[in-house]
Amino acid sequence: MTDHSETAVLGKDSAPVIAEEELVEGSSLWKDAWARLRKNKVAVGSLVVFVLICLFCVLGPFLSPYDSNAQDLFSGAEGPSADHWFGTDTLGRDLMVRVMVGGRISLMVGLVATVVALAIGVIYGATAGYIGGKVDASMMRFVDLLYALPFTIFVILLMVAFGRSMWLMFVAIGCVEWLSMARIVRSGVLSLKKQEFVEAAVSLGYSHSRIILRHLIPNVLGPVIVIATLTVPAVMLLEAFLSFLGLGVQPPNASWGVLINEGQANMEIYPWLLLFPAAFFAVTLFCLNFIGDGLRDALDPKSAKD
Amino acid sequence: MPLLDVDDLTTYFHTRDGVVRAVDGVSFNLERGETLGIVGESGSGKSVTCYSLMRLIPEPPGRIERGTAMFDGRDLLQMSPKELRKVRGDKISMIFQDPMTSLNPYLRISTQLIEALQMHRDIDSKAALNKAIEALEEVGIPGASKRVFSYPHEFSGGMRQRVMIAMALITEPDLLIADEPTTALDVTVQAQIMEIIKQRQNDLGTAVILVTHDLGVVAGSCDKVLVMYGGREMESGSADQIFYRPRHPYTRALQKTIPSLQEKGQELFTIPGLPPDVSKPIHGCAFHPRCPYPKIGSPEGERPQLEDIEPGHCWAACGFCDSSAPIETVLAKADDHVAEPVDGDA
Repeated sequence: MTDHSETAVLGKDSAPVIAEEELVEGSSLWKDAWARLRKNKVAVGSLVVFVLICLFCVLGPFLSPYDSNAQDLFSGAEGPSADHWFGTDTLGRDLMVRVMVGGRISLMVGLVATVVALAIGVIYGATAGYIGGKVDASMMRFVDLLYALPFTIFVILLMVAFGRSMWLMFVAIGCVEWLSMARIVRSGVLSLKKQEFVEAAVSLGYSHSRIILRHLIPNVLGPVIVIATLTVPAVMLLEAFLSFLGLGVQPPNASWGVLINEGQANMEIYPWLLLFPAAFFAVTLFCLNFIGDGLRDALDPKSAKD
Repeated sequence: MPLLDVDDLTTYFHTRDGVVRAVDGVSFNLERGETLGIVGESGSGKSVTCYSLMRLIPEPPGRIERGTAMFDGRDLLQMSPKELRKVRGDKISMIFQDPMTSLNPYLRISTQLIEALQMHRDIDSKAALNKAIEALEEVGIPGASKRVFSYPHEFSGGMRQRVMIAMALITEPDLLIADEPTTALDVTVQAQIMEIIKQRQNDLGTAVILVTHDLGVVAGSCDKVLVMYGGREMESGSADQIFYRPRHPYTRALQKTIPSLQEKGQELFTIPGLPPDVSKPIHGCAFHPRCPYPKIGSPEGERPQLEDIEPGHCWAACGFCDSSAPIETVLAKADDHVAEPVDGDA
């Protein structure tokens, strides 16, 4: 965990036995974690692939000659060719552009909903854990209550009440995903607040909000980051699920979920319509999961620094 | 007027299994620059006394039932949270037992020192950093200007405790509460840490409350001593009074346990029995069941009142045993009696 040879020497006596230049610049836990992550080939590979997919989706539509919604009924449902690398769908729209544009939406949903879940979950969980007692109990019962709500019915009710919109879907997904985040942060804070550095912070006159934001939350950030990277694919899956059911992104807008839905309708005759979006979706999910796993190993304080 | 005047401090914990009388009517006072040693066995209420003064008792289940703690003319026990935050870290600082966990592992030492300083002083970051480096140098950390940017995990236990001392003293508080600051450290490092605390105390004129098990440390560095047992004050006085003219049987027995004062080759003396269970009401003298002195009268009855023997020296005047003789003669006489466990000797 720490550089034993050096601390041993320094701990022995107060005399400056080591020349100042020899002292290493403090290496943070984050730097150590990054060094460990870089050694994890699967995680680094996944990260590269994920970045490439993101670039493909974000920049691709600008480079493609086709519009994602432009129909060309004369060249409908063509297989992959030199003109249309991924082929076209039944309405003659270029599938590659649609995969790119759908990817934008899917990735955006994944990121935005995760950030929202992160913000709510971390602050809610940290507050509950720090205050403890009755406040904690009632705050967590509220979380249990939301947990118990069947997600699909909840979304359908929202859609019925407010009409279909993508933003509503964000809200719905955010409402579900912050719950586990809150639980994880709360449990982390519960064990941290018994540590003496929190007592030390109180004894130095710090306010409660300062202790939560500056001393407790950074300490639970490791697991939170891991959960966040694993939440992104979960959210994307939810979005695909909702879109697949027709509750999410509405045609002609595309998301990977919508494209997969369209593809599966004709999968026996035009398999590429299912194949391409599904492949992109699957690869992205794999990458994010591998990155999450890699981060978990890298941020685990018990794994040795070497 | 003393810097700190604690009177009848009483802290109970209201647990599911009943009321735990952790601190039961403790009084003491402390002048500026003085050192008070609080000694006693584990569970005698030493730490809770300190935590009560800092108002760090978790409430509930803990509650400060009564008493006053006048610090610089104001009662610490009646302060609002806002007033407390101003006093903590500025006028009163605390060092904890375990330096391994008392620094935030995710923040650089510099950040933590600067934060402690900027919390209470209007000072810009650059000046604060210089002050932080200075503070580290003063507690004997080599290469402080570089080490200040390290993280706690790069320091050994002794070094971390030095950082804690630097952090606690960076605002030059009037009172430093050190709750067993050397318990978690190597014996060789312990002496250094005590030396640093003493040296900084001399530099800054800080008053210190030192909680410890180590009577040697108390004899070496304290002006006043408070002996606690079962949450109660047994005896208090100047170091000389306590060490040369101990009055209470417990104080005497405690001194008998100092290893270096015992004859070589002999089995070390221990006080037989166990400390009392403070979750049950204690009648009469708390030490009565373990007291080696010949008993007179019934142990049930009123709690012994604090009585002055000489100026500044008082004891819980116990009338349940004949404590006129020095403990050596009593122990020699009652050798067989002591050899048998008195009650529930585990």
